Amino acid sequence: MSASSTPVLAAPNSTTEAERSQPVIAVRDVFKIYQMGTMEVRALRGVDLDVWPSEMLAIMGPSGSGKSTLMNIIGCLDVPTSGFYALDGVDVGGLNDDQLAEIRCHKLGFVFQNFNLLPRTSALANVELPLIYAGTSGRKRHDRAAEVLDLVGLGDRLDHKPNELSGGQQQRVAIARALVNRPALILADEPTGNLDTQTGIEIMELFQRLNQEQGIIIIFVTHDPETAEYCNRIVHIRDGLIEADVATN
Amino acid sequence: MKFIESIRIAMRALAANKLRSVLTMLGIIIGVGAVIALMSIGRGVEKFVTDRFTSLGSNLLFVVPGQLEAGHPGTGGRINPLTLEDMEVLGDRSQNPDVRAVSAEFFTDATISREGKDMQATVSAVTPSFSNVRNWPTVIGDFFTQEDFDERARVVTLGQDVYTELFEPDEHPVGQTVRINNMAFQVIGVMEERGGGPGGNEDASVFIPLTTAQDRLFKRKTVSGGYQVSVIYVSVMDSDRIQETQDEIAATLRARRGISYLDDDDFSIISQNDIISVFGEILGALTLFLGAIAGISLLVGGIGIMNIMLVSVTERTREIGLRKAVGAKRRDVLLQFLIEAVTLAVFGGIIGIILGIIGAKAVSNISDSFSAVVGVDAVLISLFFSMAVGLFFGIYPAVRASRLNPIDALRYE
Repeated sequence: MSASSTPVLAAPNSTTEAERSQPVIAVRDVFKIYQMGTMEVRALRGVDLDVWPSEMLAIMGPSGSGKSTLMNIIGCLDVPTSGFYALDGVDVGGLNDDQLAEIRCHKLGFVFQNFNLLPRTSALANVELPLIYAGTSGRKRHDRAAEVLDLVGLGDRLDHKPNELSGGQQQRVAIARALVNRPALILADEPTGNLDTQTGIEIMELFQRLNQEQGIIIIFVTHDPETAEYCNRIVHIRDGLIEADVATN
Repeated sequence: MKFIESIRIAMRALAANKLRSVLTMLGIIIGVGAVIALMSIGRGVEKFVTDRFTSLGSNLLFVVPGQLEAGHPGTGGRINPLTLEDMEVLGDRSQNPDVRAVSAEFFTDATISREGKDMQATVSAVTPSFSNVRNWPTVIGDFFTQEDFDERARVVTLGQDVYTELFEPDEHPVGQTVRINNMAFQVIGVMEERGGGPGGNEDASVFIPLTTAQDRLFKRKTVSGGYQVSVIYVSVMDSDRIQETQDEIAATLRARRGISYLDDDDFSIISQNDIISVFGEILGALTLFLGAIAGISLLVGGIGIMNIMLVSVTERTREIGLRKAVGAKRRDVLLQFLIEAVTLAVFGGIIGIILGIIGAKAVSNISDSFSAVVGVDAVLISLFFSMAVGLFFGIYPAVRASRLNPIDALRYE
């Protein structure tokens, strides 16, 4: 397995020009076609997308536009029907389930709308989960999980179970879990969808801070324009095609 | 390392649903518990019986009249009794060089009484060699002698139960008089305690000379005037030559009783090994029966485990999706659910073993004649089978969990 455990982006200023010349995500002419009975559903119809280090972007589009399909492919949960996708220089195309799992483990972090924390399990244990599958054990695992929880501002809540935490705190745990294996990028699917406005703002500010301080690429899949406001790039997708790709401030 | 991690995850999942886990284990608990309890009791009984027979005196052969083995028609109802003369011929070393000593016994029931107390007991009319041949000494006084036998003396040696029934604990019995069917006998000794034996509880017996019994007490002589006996005991010289001795005395008896070479024996010779092996066959059948019960209950328990694991996989679809999203491979998920199933089964097995041992001990506490023997092999086999059941019935749910597509699993409501 070629997945390296070294952080792709430990800090923004550590990226050299050579690395900068290569996109972390390279999607070329990707098609995704589902067979629904006799019907053929063309969810993606030739998508091209490059994402460069330190970017924070939103993929926006109405329901059924194909944005979830694109996110699944970028997140290595699914493979394209045709086309090319390389993540951090690794061609994902020919990989089997276990190799994809390995990539997800080391290079990707997921944040979901409904947090998806393990119930009856402490914040620390939830954050340790990706470390278990990465093969980190014992003291090292505990320390790393605690360190990341501290980073998201939950250093004093290590032993709290999800039902003892507020929605915002639960999402912070989920973000810590996404961060813990030092991924190249974090994929966040409507991360503020289940939160009140104020908490949503706090979470977006946390993402922004992580992006700026750690240089982690963050990709939001959302149809919330307020989320998009925090991004420096917005990709609009419609009917399986990229409709617009605009840089913002 | 990941393996230990998987065990920890499985334990946590089971602990989260304690009641359900225990109910799921119930089938295994009951099956294993029943088997351990019954096996331990069976072993205890076997040991008890074997010890009993061994304590009868080593290298003992029993000769009884009639043909005991099934499938021999024509002897029923016309049993030609054995006599004291038969015993004497068997004891003749010039004819039967492998015979060390012989004795004979005739049983009758009678009323034993003393100073207003009375009880029913077996009267064992025997020869003086009985105590020696049966390897059964007296604890107080003596057994009767050849002289007593020849003189048809009215002397008696009491079995333990008769002694404790008729005498006070501090009373010295030797020289006292007891009445057997109203005939006065002088007590000369008390036998050691024996417990149950081949003919029931021999402690509830009294021992008198065969001559006294059949000339004075009961008129039970044969038509030709011989002393009739119920069983002849033959003590064998060399334990490696039991079979040869058996053949030897069979030939002697056939010749003496004038049996044509065409006819079957009209007597049976039984060795301790025969009795123990018959008992072993019974126990073997019982073990097979227990095995069947165990198999069925383990099967039922296993189906219960599979059922609950399938429910668990469905309930935890999102969890499985999440684990896969953060990097769990198929093998990791498979292992997690398999270990849960095996842990359920093995825990059930362990609880079953503990309950089974407690049950067996409880039963052997109620009965004071034997004590349960818990075999290490039975425990290990039970554990092994529990584990095998967990593996067998856990594999399908685990495979299903491991094949879940993470996208669908994460979206599952």
